[in-house]
Amino acid sequence: MSETRFTEDHEWVRIVGDVATVGITEYAQEQLGDIVFVDLPEAGAEMAQGDEAAVIESVKAASDIYAPITGEVGEVNDSLDAEPAIVNQDAQGEGWLFTMSMSDTGELDNLMDADAYKAFVAKL
Amino acid sequence: MSGTEGLPLKRTALYDAHIGCGAKMVPFAGYEMPVQFPDGVMKEHLHTRAAAGLFDVSHMGQLYLHGTGAAAALEKLVPGEIQALAPGRMRYTQFTTETGGILDDLMVTKGDDKLFVVVNAACKAGDIELLRAGLPADIDIELLDDRALIALQGPSAAAVLSRFVSGVDTQPFMSSAAAEFNGVSCIVSRCGYTGEDGFEISVAADAAESIAEMLLAEAEVGPIGLGARDSLRLEAGLCLYGHDIDETTTPIEADLQWSIGKRRRTEGGFPGDAVICEQLASGAPRKRVGVKPEGRAPAREGTRITDMEGNAIGTVTSGGFGPTVQGPVSMGYLAQEHAAVGTPVLLEVRNKALPATVSGLPFTTQNYYRG
Repeated sequence: MSETRFTEDHEWVRIVGDVATVGITEYAQEQLGDIVFVDLPEAGAEMAQGDEAAVIESVKAASDIYAPITGEVGEVNDSLDAEPAIVNQDAQGEGWLFTMSMSDTGELDNLMDADAYKAFVAKL
Repeated sequence: MSGTEGLPLKRTALYDAHIGCGAKMVPFAGYEMPVQFPDGVMKEHLHTRAAAGLFDVSHMGQLYLHGTGAAAALEKLVPGEIQALAPGRMRYTQFTTETGGILDDLMVTKGDDKLFVVVNAACKAGDIELLRAGLPADIDIELLDDRALIALQGPSAAAVLSRFVSGVDTQPFMSSAAAEFNGVSCIVSRCGYTGEDGFEISVAADAAESIAEMLLAEAEVGPIGLGARDSLRLEAGLCLYGHDIDETTTPIEADLQWSIGKRRRTEGGFPGDAVICEQLASGAPRKRVGVKPEGRAPAREGTRITDMEGNAIGTVTSGGFGPTVQGPVSMGYLAQEHAAVGTPVLLEVRNKALPATVSGLPFTTQNYYRG
């Protein structure tokens, strides 16, 4: 079973079993523009939902990325160190940022599904 | 410096042209200005260094100072050598405070019977007050609010502009001349804010859009927003007022002593002359330098700079990613004893101490026209 949820800060989180993969949305990468550096969390870091988890730097500015759920950071996408522009090219695929363990499935209720996010973005 | 908060945003004569080019508009110094076009900051920056970029800088303040004593009178407000300027030559200088700080930086061009002055958008109201209070009554200040200012910058700028205005390809750097562009009279100055060869064209606002469109129709020219204007000037080591220079920084600390003429150093006679001449003689306590982070993380404005033991020695005043350098670049102030090029320092970015090196400015080669 896999499902993807979205935050109002334009992160996506894809749940497969009890592992959550986190990234930024296509809309977010387009708003940020050319991404030049991604500051990823340490594997093993404990995050609460809404904590600052990563920073994405575009030519223009630095943007905080928030943990969409509570959990422990598992893997981080090391390929972004050398090629941060992967986030621009494939934000919702190869440009994932990190994985987290899922501790409280109830937190997903605070997040939007794809249709709700699409409607949310359409109003921005 | 700005005082424009809450006021309705103004639009330049090129507003419709920007929208037509797909600009993303943002508020800047009281104006709605294009921060980027669909190509984005990175491509716009690289295009300017490779070919030519067109910038709307109409938000900047343009004015004439009329009167035979205008140069001598203006020298009472700035440390630059204005009186010795030959007609048609221009100079970069600063309005200084009594304590040697910088109220704004500006370009001054000597005309036959007047001075042409260009100041920063965010400072122009204050500058005009300063001029009204500081110039004698027989110097007439003429605000050129009905003029647009278009910058064409990059290695192809001279070739492109030559197709419309004859003689500009051999016009000296830092000079200015009256010209006709497709029958419209304008002032063409060979200067800019990118580190590249280029021009600024001052023209009546109602003729600006057609001139911009003619230039943009040339194959080498693309529209460039404020985002790339900032990354270009940062790589070129040029100061942004309100960030790298302000009332708390002197021209000497800012490493702008080259802009102060020999006679002015000896004679003084400008606000803050005691402080500035003392710093010229004995050195300033701190200095504006380049700082090159070793890794990929940009160190932006406000980043604390420490020595290798973690003691604070300075602050970053501008920083980001340099598309031509292909890496992060910053500039900032360092205590004089740490300011030598090659000194290893640490940058405190998000609670990490990132290694960096004090670097000379500019980060990229200046490609000004030298005849």
